[in-house]
Amino acid sequence: MARIAVQEAEFDVSAETALLTAGRRDIGAVASFIGICRADDGLAAMVLEHYPAMTERAMQKIAAEAQSRWPLTGCTLIHRVGRLEPGAPIVLVLTASAHRQAALESCAFLMDWLKTKAPFWKREEFTQGAARWVEARAEDDAAAQKW
Amino acid sequence: MQILYFAWVREKIGRAGDDIALPPGVTDIAGLMRHLAALSPGHAAAFANPTAIRAAINQDFARPEDAVTNGDEVAFFPPVTGG
Repeated sequence: MARIAVQEAEFDVSAETALLTAGRRDIGAVASFIGICRADDGLAAMVLEHYPAMTERAMQKIAAEAQSRWPLTGCTLIHRVGRLEPGAPIVLVLTASAHRQAALESCAFLMDWLKTKAPFWKREEFTQGAARWVEARAEDDAAAQKW
Repeated sequence: MQILYFAWVREKIGRAGDDIALPPGVTDIAGLMRHLAALSPGHAAAFANPTAIRAAINQDFARPEDAVTNGDEVAFFPPVTGG
């Protein structure tokens, strides 16, 4: 029911949406979230590291939690890793349901939990040559806990 | 047991992991961090503030008081920042 992928390649939102809805006549709503690399403070690139043996397993758990809370016909979580430059898409969440409320709410839930419960780490590289690991934000923890 | 490091924990230690035998008396994540901190100056730097480190046992998030055994794969890393 959940399509999970961790990949370096860019994802195709149209193809993923078609895959999520193919052959179904009971879906009334698909919600999507696309996270994009932003050029803050002279950022040249973001390098995403993950824990390969754990990542997909953690994402499956997060998807299962969403499917237990909302009546979804399916969902898609794709997270890119490696070096991503400003403007590049980083993460895709798609949720499908009969009605929009379940699709929209579960999409927001999945993003909040992906940010705090999947083993990814972002390292920022700047145009001046400096680099730093992104620090976890208390706001993200609070957002994940509100569900 | 296999120990894995990610992000700045890996950078401070200077390698991606260690293969160690669980020493007598070390029973949980907190104890394992104290043991690893004594292995090298890099380990000491990485584990200087244990509250800044998160852990996983066999690919599941774990707390400092969670038990570890010799066959486990234990990973140490900063709080996650994906999404």
